[in-house]
Amino acid sequence: MKVLVPVKRVIDYNVKVRVKPDQSGVDLANIKMSMNPFDEIATEEAVRLKEKGIVSEIVVVSIGPQQAQETIRTALAMGADRGIVIVTDERVEPLAVAKLLKAVVEAEQPGLVLMGKQAIDDDNNATGQMLAALLGWPQATFASKLEIAGDVATVTREVDGGLQTLSAKLPAVVTVDLRLNEPRYASLPNIMKAKKKPIEPKTPADYGVDITPRLTVVKVAEPPKRSGGIKVASADELVAKLKTEAGVI
Amino acid sequence: MAVLVVADHDRSALRDTTHKTIAAAQAIGGEIDVLVVGSGVQAVAEEAAKIPGVRKVLKAESEALDHAVAEAIAATVLPLAANYDAILSPATTTGKNAFPRIAALLDVMQVSDVIEVIDAKTFVRPIYAGNALETVTTTDAKVVATIRPTTFKAVAAEGGSATIESVDAPAASVTASFVADEVTKSERPELGAAKIVVSGGRAMGSAEEFQRVIEPLADKLGAAVGASRAAVDAGYAPNDYQVGQTGKVVAPALYIAVGISGAIQHLAGMKDSKVIVAINKDADAPIFQIADYGLVQDYKTAVPELMAALEK
Repeated sequence: MKVLVPVKRVIDYNVKVRVKPDQSGVDLANIKMSMNPFDEIATEEAVRLKEKGIVSEIVVVSIGPQQAQETIRTALAMGADRGIVIVTDERVEPLAVAKLLKAVVEAEQPGLVLMGKQAIDDDNNATGQMLAALLGWPQATFASKLEIAGDVATVTREVDGGLQTLSAKLPAVVTVDLRLNEPRYASLPNIMKAKKKPIEPKTPADYGVDITPRLTVVKVAEPPKRSGGIKVASADELVAKLKTEAGVI
Repeated sequence: MAVLVVADHDRSALRDTTHKTIAAAQAIGGEIDVLVVGSGVQAVAEEAAKIPGVRKVLKAESEALDHAVAEAIAATVLPLAANYDAILSPATTTGKNAFPRIAALLDVMQVSDVIEVIDAKTFVRPIYAGNALETVTTTDAKVVATIRPTTFKAVAAEGGSATIESVDAPAASVTASFVADEVTKSERPELGAAKIVVSGGRAMGSAEEFQRVIEPLADKLGAAVGASRAAVDAGYAPNDYQVGQTGKVVAPALYIAVGISGAIQHLAGMKDSKVIVAINKDADAPIFQIADYGLVQDYKTAVPELMAALEK
């Protein structure tokens, strides 16, 4: 079975973002970028399925600027087989990403799409569900456990209040949660090998998909700042403050 | 204008996330209908009908809808969509799962996790783990949005008398099917709705210590229990206790963080709390930058003293 893993290049999760003074967006100039953490988990899971002999080929796809290639290289170094980069400098929303991925799925015919549950930049948590909808495939979101037997995926999902187990007939879209696995680090020899693996360049026009955003960003602002607090010396003082000053207990 | 709100409920009662989503619907304006899905939900539909300002309650009864499988919810909502200018759900895991599927089938870009309604087409939502707030205007004909419940004030529960209508429900899901639920049992208030939350972090060191320290303090305050990702990953607390960008977003009146350093991803889930208390032995922990009251002390000393002080 072939697996498709979509990955996104995002601001590194440890970076504290700054909003631009003109409120047009956040400042991404000279900021460290990395693979979206959830996509690393999806890549890791695909590689583990390949190691178990369930998966024969892992295709990684990324949509974004030319540098999205670096993100694909990271996935190739983790064990993916080849990449597709769909190059555009436009802002691409989940709906447009889902349409592009649908076209890639139709061309590649994977048995499973494994992807992150959300990107840590736009925090939408939508692309996987949208892709499943457009393909008419079942979806299993927020997966913390994935088992594949024949053409059925059994997925344990993290939901409010606990866990839920679903079974989905393949092909399906599975979006992964943090708890699914611990992604591996790429070793130096694997990073070198990844440089020889192929990455096919494409554009949105190759797939005939209109990526015009549906949402217009009016402005991006800083959240309100909390006023500075105080340090108390003891638990007694803390309880007194909470009772009299804050009035919350 | 008409707005459809998909209700969040536990099959015996509405959750207050529904009342908060109705508040967002009121901000959009127009007639408001509420859709209740699941089997045996007549009582829930009647409860929704009592909410002032609700025009009618639509009830889709089917066992296929009991476990909130996205395919089944989408199949119920889609035939109704033509009648509405906006379709809203609370941004719970159920809403987050089903709504993008609905949006894509309507060829609409979803507006996720709305924290403020500016007008019928313009919304504010957090991005980058809540470190920036994005105002967006949709150019789509229809609005499909999930609403972050913590930022809206619940509408009244009594005073209305809407009619209840049955609508078509799918018989069974053909694609994904439900296998099992594993619900975390708790006598405490629900994390998302609690007035007070006590959270523990990595400093607890073990699940036993977490239960020994955090849970009695929470019980004394009538609080819900939360945890940082570090505590959840280490197995000290169950996954659904996690507060943060990838867990639950809470905004209680009082949030007490015990042994939590305050990573960006954790702050994303609690920085809108009214009063934040941090107990940490590291005076340089980032949590102190947003805490209203900080106590620099080992939790092993601080929590017992806090328990004693609460007794007084």
